[in-house]
Amino acid sequence: MTGESFVFHIDGVAVTAKPGQTIMEAADAAGIYIPRLCDVEGLRHQGGCRVCTVKADGRSVSACTQPAAPDLKVENDTPARNRVRRDLVEMLFHEGNHLCPICEKSGNCELQAMAYRLEMTVATRFPYLEPCRELDASHPDIALDTNRCISCGRCIRASQDVDGKGVFGYVGRGIHRRVAVNGADLAHTDAAVTDHAMSAAVCPVGCIIRKDEGFRVPIGSRHFDHGLIGHEIEEKRE
Amino acid sequence: MIETAGVGAAQDLEIAEICARFGNDRHRMLDILLDVQEARRWISPASMDAIAAAVGLTRIAVEGVASFYSFLSLAPKGRVTIRLCDDIVDRFAGLDAVVAAFAEELGIAPGETSADGAFSLEYTPCIGMCDQVPAAMINEVVAVRLTKARAREIAQRLKAGIAPGEAVLPGFAELGVQERVRAQVENNIRQAGEVLLGPVMQDRGLQAAMAMEPGAIIDAVEASGLRGCGGAGFTTGRKWRFAAGTQADRRIVICNADEGEPGTFKDRVMLTERADLVFEGMTIAARAVGALEGIVYLRGEYRYLLDHLHAVLEERRARGVLGQGFDIRIQLGAGAYVCGEEGALISSCEGLPGEPKTRPPFPVTRGYLGFPTVVNNVETFAHVARLLDQGPGWFHAMGTERSHGTKLFSVSGDCERPGVYELPYGQKVRDLLALAGAEHAAAVQVGGPSGTMIGRDSFDRCLSFDDLATGGAIIVFSSQRNILEIVDYYMSFFVHESCGYCTPCRVGNVFLKKAIEKFRKGQASDEDITYLKELSGTIIETSRCGLGMTSPNPVLSSLENFPLVYAALTRPSKDGVKATFDIQSAIDGARGIAKRRSYIFDKDFSK
Ligand SMILES: Cc1cc2nc3c(=O)[nH]c(=O)nc-3n(C[C@H](O)[C@H](O)[C@H](O)COP(=O)(O)O)c2cc1C
Ligand code: SF4
Ligand code: SF4
Ligand code: SF4
Ligand code: FES
Ligand code: FES
Repeated sequence: MTGESFVFHIDGVAVTAKPGQTIMEAADAAGIYIPRLCDVEGLRHQGGCRVCTVKADGRSVSACTQPAAPDLKVENDTPARNRVRRDLVEMLFHEGNHLCPICEKSGNCELQAMAYRLEMTVATRFPYLEPCRELDASHPDIALDTNRCISCGRCIRASQDVDGKGVFGYVGRGIHRRVAVNGADLAHTDAAVTDHAMSAAVCPVGCIIRKDEGFRVPIGSRHFDHGLIGHEIEEKRE
Repeated sequence: MIETAGVGAAQDLEIAEICARFGNDRHRMLDILLDVQEARRWISPASMDAIAAAVGLTRIAVEGVASFYSFLSLAPKGRVTIRLCDDIVDRFAGLDAVVAAFAEELGIAPGETSADGAFSLEYTPCIGMCDQVPAAMINEVVAVRLTKARAREIAQRLKAGIAPGEAVLPGFAELGVQERVRAQVENNIRQAGEVLLGPVMQDRGLQAAMAMEPGAIIDAVEASGLRGCGGAGFTTGRKWRFAAGTQADRRIVICNADEGEPGTFKDRVMLTERADLVFEGMTIAARAVGALEGIVYLRGEYRYLLDHLHAVLEERRARGVLGQGFDIRIQLGAGAYVCGEEGALISSCEGLPGEPKTRPPFPVTRGYLGFPTVVNNVETFAHVARLLDQGPGWFHAMGTERSHGTKLFSVSGDCERPGVYELPYGQKVRDLLALAGAEHAAAVQVGGPSGTMIGRDSFDRCLSFDDLATGGAIIVFSSQRNILEIVDYYMSFFVHESCGYCTPCRVGNVFLKKAIEKFRKGQASDEDITYLKELSGTIIETSRCGLGMTSPNPVLSSLENFPLVYAALTRPSKDGVKATFDIQSAIDGARGIAKRRSYIFDKDFSK
């Protein structure tokens, strides 16, 4: 991208951005964390989870897709924004089946970590949808449990854009939309455990499970046991 | 991919031929799948493999499209599929008896396919026949004003092997293309206005435009004050100026004929009676913005209009007013309301699932295949042709300060004269109701489910962008109707039609619907009213497109305008126990295990 960099404000803090940068990219560089689930560095933006919703000059937009603009006033870390985000995270919990104590991803899970960060402490008001989707354990090295899927599409983009394979894709519409694989089951695709799509950094929750890794790192020593989600970004701030 | 090879190579010739017909172009995926659906009655895994191979995509990418649209099926369907509109308006008009008649005659319930593969029976949302309900599609043939007796008669003819057209209308086969359209569906034009439904002169607007510079055409459209008729009301001239001002090798003009908002059917009438005018408007737009390609996105439910529209296009080509540089193709939809949203519509034209696109960029700068694209409603294009003929001043003089010209209203529900009314902007709801014979209305849904539900105290409000903005749907409900049943139905509509891309709309609308069910069961408390409002707020604020941003409107506008309906159904919680908590069903399992009744909760031991 060419052009002069410019300044805009997030919660009153001046942030410098280059033309073409999204609000989130500029915020990351400035050490300001905007909560997110479907967006991850290195993959194209999806703008689906809506957890990154901010107010920009009074308009609600997803920070991961909205271009920054000169003099924009962005509202990010406020009680009102975080209440809405908590609603969205709760929706994702209630859409799937999440039993953290028996989940391999616990402690490394971004959904769980986001719930902590957003202080999802009181009982939720939403009903549980209790899906019952078949576990795909056909592949020798990888298991797929979409009952925990939050439809972030990160596996789809990673497989398509980084691995050049297209192992995953969405099927269905509305509440029936879900992630499926390019074949009868995972064993009938060209998925390999070495794919970027299968790496721990891609699936934010416990859907894509590498079979020989189970509980190698004990609960208590896992990624988010060392700090709130987003702390790496916040530590960059001068 | 291991499993594709070898499966029925001979059978796949047909699929290969269908794909070849569309140049093995992945952007024509929807056309390919519609043809495969018609030929095979379903999209089988083997078909998906064959299509994927022909167009150079993965099988999962094909499945993503095939599983998105309601009219495509991943399980075998009957040779004849009967799709009954299950909208609330049809229900109030006696849908149940019609369904029962079909089910009994065909021996299948809605959602089923007969064992011999002859019939499928299904429900579908509004098919745009709201002024002649109950209505159904039988394959692509439309059957209106159904009664129990008529349903029986049609089913019996179908069972006797008579083709759908003949089964619905004996003598159908002898009719010409245009006659068939008018024989199937009534126009019900109740009030013709000065601009659209009164007398119009053929090609006059286009002739005027041909004598003008493109920039001057845009100036005229902008000066007329014309705003889009699809609902959002964006100034048409400004939209065109953006598209014309973007550097590009190709530009596209798209006519949005998806008309999916329940209660809207005015575009159906325009396409029947004024198709020439609509195409003329598109041709003017193409000249104004510098486009050579035009697409009409025709909802799958209007498949019955396809031959007629092709005939009108052909006639225009023969007359030399089309195909001299600019030409139009028709893209058929396949049952998805969200495809009316312009980004989703473009996705669908590109052969993708009908998912809205991330904005920005907006279609006027990067739309269809990345090129600047103008999307306008059917009615908007027709207005353009007329205002170029009669002059922008003539158009501007009609209507109100910020809403110029006339508007088509689709009136349905509990009224004596359902149909299409062309009126200048600014009419009172009360006046339109009087014209339609609906003076006794208790509630009116203005703009369809995504619009506003108003009560009698609001009937003096005006139909214009300054007050009650609407794409034209006016659905009338008498005092006999249950408001919450209507709200519940509309929420089920949004749940069915959400594309599922974003969390709030995909999940939140399911919760909203469940909350309304709770009210209907009398299990809600005051807190649930707060819950409805907060949940609605989150959905509206965070949704990615207009569908989610408006889907809580039935709940919010009924809460605002009919608060007593909700108040009457809430009860204070006793002893802090949630009203939803039903102790009887909670202990039912324990009763079974213990093989006895509860000493605390079952007072009566004698039974
Ligand atoms: C969920 C949804 C459905 C829509 N359906 C239609 C439709 O069926 N027809 C239509 O013209 N516009 C529809 N729109 C509006 C279009 O996105 C777009 O604004 C319109 O086609 C622009 O044309 P206009 O400016 O002439 O109104 C819909 C919007 C949304 C959010
Ligand atoms: S995926 Fe995350 S939130 Fe879900 S059960 Fe596992 S750890 Fe808990
Ligand atoms: S499987 Fe994991 S990475 Fe893929 S969409 Fe679901 S949650 Fe996201
Ligand atoms: S608001 Fe609804 S229809 Fe629109 S993108 Fe989100 S899920 Fe899809
Ligand atoms: S992170 Fe922006 S929408 Fe998910
Ligand atoms: S056709 Fe049933 S409501 Fe429109």
